Amino acid sequence: MNITANLLQKQKKRILEIWMQNQLADSALRDDLMTNDELLKQSEELIDALARAVKSGNIDNIFAAEFDQITEILSDVSITRARQGFSPRETGMYVLSLKRAISTVMEDEYKDQPEVLYKEITTINNLLDQLSIITFETFIKSREEVILRQTDEISEISTPVIRVWEGILALPIIGTLDSARTQVVMENLLQEIVNTGSNIAILDISGVPAVDSLVAQHLIKTVSATRLMGAECIISGIRAEIAQTIVHLGIDLSNIKTKASLASALQLAFSMSSVEVRKINKNTGAGLIR
Amino acid sequence: MIVMTKDTMQIVREQDVVPFRNRVREFAAKIGMSLVNQTKLITAASELVRNMLKYASGGKVILEIISKSAQTGVRLTFVDEGPGISDIKQAMQDGFSTGRSLGLGLPGAKRLVNEFDIQSTPGTGTTVTIIHWKHGR
Amino acid sequence: MDRIPILKMGPYLLVTIQVDLYDRLALNLENDLISMVSKTEAKGVLIDISAVSIVDSFMGRILGNIASMSRIMDAETVVVGMQPAVAITLVELGLTLQGVHTALNVEKGMELLQDLIGLYGGSNEDEEGEPDDRND
Repeated sequence: MNITANLLQKQKKRILEIWMQNQLADSALRDDLMTNDELLKQSEELIDALARAVKSGNIDNIFAAEFDQITEILSDVSITRARQGFSPRETGMYVLSLKRAISTVMEDEYKDQPEVLYKEITTINNLLDQLSIITFETFIKSREEVILRQTDEISEISTPVIRVWEGILALPIIGTLDSARTQVVMENLLQEIVNTGSNIAILDISGVPAVDSLVAQHLIKTVSATRLMGAECIISGIRAEIAQTIVHLGIDLSNIKTKASLASALQLAFSMSSVEVRKINKNTGAGLIR
Repeated sequence: MIVMTKDTMQIVREQDVVPFRNRVREFAAKIGMSLVNQTKLITAASELVRNMLKYASGGKVILEIISKSAQTGVRLTFVDEGPGISDIKQAMQDGFSTGRSLGLGLPGAKRLVNEFDIQSTPGTGTTVTIIHWKHGR
Repeated sequence: MDRIPILKMGPYLLVTIQVDLYDRLALNLENDLISMVSKTEAKGVLIDISAVSIVDSFMGRILGNIASMSRIMDAETVVVGMQPAVAITLVELGLTLQGVHTALNVEKGMELLQDLIGLYGGSNEDEEGEPDDRND
């Protein structure tokens, strides 16, 4: 194997050159996301590390200590590329084009020794194939992490529970209600009911684009859970088209309190908790009488 | 799929149910499952273990912490050697019960967990497997 | 055999469940509570489940039974302090405890009981009709 190691060291310049050419020739390369200098530096580091690792004699087990540096560089490359928005093809090409570069150099070098050439190319191919799998794995993993984080963030920001009055909570729902969302909504709402000791919760669905039977089922679930806790739930923000679909789909909301607007829901909540809001004469201070 | 922790519990009496539920809670808490998901899993386990006691006079439960593609979860396998279920489709319907209960046990348990599988041979026994993932999805 | 203590306070019966229930214990509670209602002619039953972490369909049925049986004997039942996780699980299970009154905590539960008894019981005791009374 030392043949390859020597070759890697000796021909480093040429390999790097061909590799860079291969990478740059790929029309899909995003030079808007990364400068050529950066790419060159990264690539040189990798070849150095590869030469060192191959020299150690271990060429099968890429999980051994000698390959730590390489896997680290590759993971780094994949992670940064995944975050910067590179496509999987571009990321995969990184290692695969190195394979092509090394093969080209080897072919030139061992033109007269086909046996050596065959053996060396096979081993280096196997090694680089394994390495490219690592690239893919890390790429996908970091993409998944990005997605998971965003999902969590979305469900966190999209479910604020607002305390509008003593004993009255409001929860504006924006966007589609799926079962995962409903879960977060329910958890936040019920926890807030416990924390504030509120009796009434207003669920405002003005921001829900459409209510089908599944969304309605989620709403009914939330109302039922609120009732089990000992609080009452009012659904507000039911637009005309939502009322139409609800009736057309035959969804029964008859034992749920519904209101057209948040204002009227709040009014109902006030009357349920015996609070009165009324206009007063200009010079008589606060207008709320409890 | 990798199994990380494994334990087996025999359930023969009603008094075994509370320690069993605590053990399930331990497993769920170990992987950092949220309280709501813990409660769902334990409630489903409670329904299934009651079925086992009621219809098969007991059996065993295998508790496992499993990991699959960057997800961790708890898998429970309920194995009994009872009379079995002749019509699984019917048994999975809400409100169906051969005993005098609400008939929410099997369908309810299925709704509470992420994955649910039931195999039954009349005269030989029933095996129910449930999986609940850490994030509940 | 374990039993859950039932406290009598005026026309009410108070039960605080502090342990995880197994089926026998829950059945005992049902029996004890119903015989207490009949013995003391209680008008209201308040069950505090704030320390209960698991309510499955069996336990849910017991709560429903207690409410229905008490109502036949002219007593109202209020279940208080259900944990959010328990409420979500019950709903997912398909059990909404129809016919059982609920309240956030013991204090609110007592207020609700007074309301209910004032409404349905017909006995004109001198209690306020509403939890929040106005002062004009």
